[in-house]
Amino acid sequence: MQGNLKSSSYQQLEQKSKYTNMFLRWFLYFILIVFASYFIFPLYVMVVTSLKTMEEIRQGTLLSWPNGLNLESWAVAWGGRGYGAGDTFLRPYFWNSIKMVVPAVFFSTFIGAMTGYVLTKWRFKGDQWVFLFLLFGCFIPFQAILLPMARTLGVLGISNSVIGLVLVHTVYGIPFTTLFFRNYYISVPTELVKAARIDGAGFFKIFFKILLPISAPIIVVTVIWQFTQIWNDFLFGSTFSFGEAAPIQVALNNMVLSSTSVKEYNVDMASAIIAGIPTLIVYVLAGKYFIRGLTSGAVKG
Amino acid sequence: MKTLKIEELSKNFGSTEVLKKINLEIDEGNFLVLLGPSGCGKSTLLNIIAGLETINEGDVFIDDYNVSKVEPKDRNIAMVFQSYALYPSMNVKENMIFGLKQAKTSKEKIQEQLEKVSKFLQVDQLLERKPSQLSGGQRQRVAIGRALVREPRIFLFDEPLSNLDAKLRVEMRREIKKLHQQLKTTVVYVTHDQTEAMSLGTNIAIMNHGVIQQNDTPEKIYNKPSNTFVADFIGSPSMNLIKGILKENSGDLLFTVGGSNLEIPIRDYDFKDKLNLNNKEVFFGIRPEHIFFKKFNESDFEINLRADLSEYIGHEQIMTFDYANQEVLAKFPSTIKIDLGKETKLYFDLTQASLFDAQTEERI
Repeated sequence: MQGNLKSSSYQQLEQKSKYTNMFLRWFLYFILIVFASYFIFPLYVMVVTSLKTMEEIRQGTLLSWPNGLNLESWAVAWGGRGYGAGDTFLRPYFWNSIKMVVPAVFFSTFIGAMTGYVLTKWRFKGDQWVFLFLLFGCFIPFQAILLPMARTLGVLGISNSVIGLVLVHTVYGIPFTTLFFRNYYISVPTELVKAARIDGAGFFKIFFKILLPISAPIIVVTVIWQFTQIWNDFLFGSTFSFGEAAPIQVALNNMVLSSTSVKEYNVDMASAIIAGIPTLIVYVLAGKYFIRGLTSGAVKG
Repeated sequence: MKTLKIEELSKNFGSTEVLKKINLEIDEGNFLVLLGPSGCGKSTLLNIIAGLETINEGDVFIDDYNVSKVEPKDRNIAMVFQSYALYPSMNVKENMIFGLKQAKTSKEKIQEQLEKVSKFLQVDQLLERKPSQLSGGQRQRVAIGRALVREPRIFLFDEPLSNLDAKLRVEMRREIKKLHQQLKTTVVYVTHDQTEAMSLGTNIAIMNHGVIQQNDTPEKIYNKPSNTFVADFIGSPSMNLIKGILKENSGDLLFTVGGSNLEIPIRDYDFKDKLNLNNKEVFFGIRPEHIFFKKFNESDFEINLRADLSEYIGHEQIMTFDYANQEVLAKFPSTIKIDLGKETKLYFDLTQASLFDAQTEERI
């Protein structure tokens, strides 16, 4: 019996909800801006500091704008000052990291795809146990495998080398990549595999011709995940390599912490940004696939 | 020579027995439908014929050759799946010729087959499209085309129509029927839909709990169900099964229900075994469509039953009657008016009746 509200009361209600909505919207923006600045702020400080000279840093404040576009600290961070001993700069270690991250990401992703394929499409007795143990691998803390891994690398004769790090990261990455691919392939109808078997395709042909071509979203997710993990890793890098073979994160640490002279904040900041840029690039290039891959469900035939 | 023969086939997944001693034969050009409720083992049986599942016991023969250990690709079969299972990354053409390419068929032969089949199925305009750009019916056609290009000895269909909407399903059903009429290939077709089974099959094997309950022509399945499961499974609404006792009275056999004076004479019934019929507990089975509101045949048996419920469904109505406290359903044209709660004169077509042993539930 409430259908008899006068039109004036509708107007009042409309006005009221309009103000409420407006207030809530501004409040929402306020919160968003606060949080966004909270996250962007350190980056801002890093960028401006890296563009200042040491003089400016000493005299100005943390937030102050640099006097000019001074890229010298970037050049020093990347290529050094040019004098011999004790001069640490990032360029060789950057390439170390690239040489480590590319094969490690490739192999761990490929092996993960393969295991995920077997665990979902070629079920065998005890496959659930295999998967369970692989999952267990995701939860083993880095520190727990340091000693056995060091011994293994020693026996294989690849300790303190980029190859050794590739092996470590590949092995450690397999549980994660398997999990990703297994969860993706489980939503792919098994009838596809049956159809291909009747058509005469074998184990590898089905993988390369049928499943891999539809795996782009999950490959992107896995590559981003693995790239970030391996590029940003410090523990394995510092444990299993030193000196010339160290990856960039270890070199960054050495540069910033073990400099004997004055602390060069501008060079430190530039180095830190250089060390972070590759992950940033990967995210920007593949970010939208990342979200899509994480949320994508069944593959519709 | 039988195109397909299955002998004493058993299959279990761990401790669950899925198929128990299955025996089956199909002649060249026949259309066998495996029909049954979900979980009855019909899809497993089809997968075994295809070679996608292993066998625990028994053998599968194709053209009298034991193929039990032969790879799926070498069995000379083709399969159409419920989800169509078209390869998502390939276009229609690549999908259809994938099998031929694997078999290293010559380019000319592949092209020839592709043209022939795609024209035949009217998918020749779609060859460059990806499966995701096709409608349900088109995908179904491509899936059938992929099977056709291989010119197999046996076609296997695994519930191919159940992903389609009702209207399209009827259309595709007719197309499959036409296809079979034109090509005259041997088909094994799995479904849980009795209309599909009835309209398509030259033979229907009804399965339940891993056992074939009856393997017969559609007419026999419908008219002479071999047990109460088949009687109940086929038909909509299903066959009325009235529980009662057979009584012999001065040479005449009567079907009676305890506590009521309703009696139905059993004459000219084709008993499997005429012995020990007196006092036998039985189900009297009669289909709703064999109960009439007026006398059609001279032999129709007249009986008075109370009408309890009427369900109007457009072209017909389903009436529920009370037969000594058991429900009996009948199908009438919706134009007939029958008063509820009153005794109504009905006519049973006794030539269409079935009798089942109440203990074994087998036809007697």
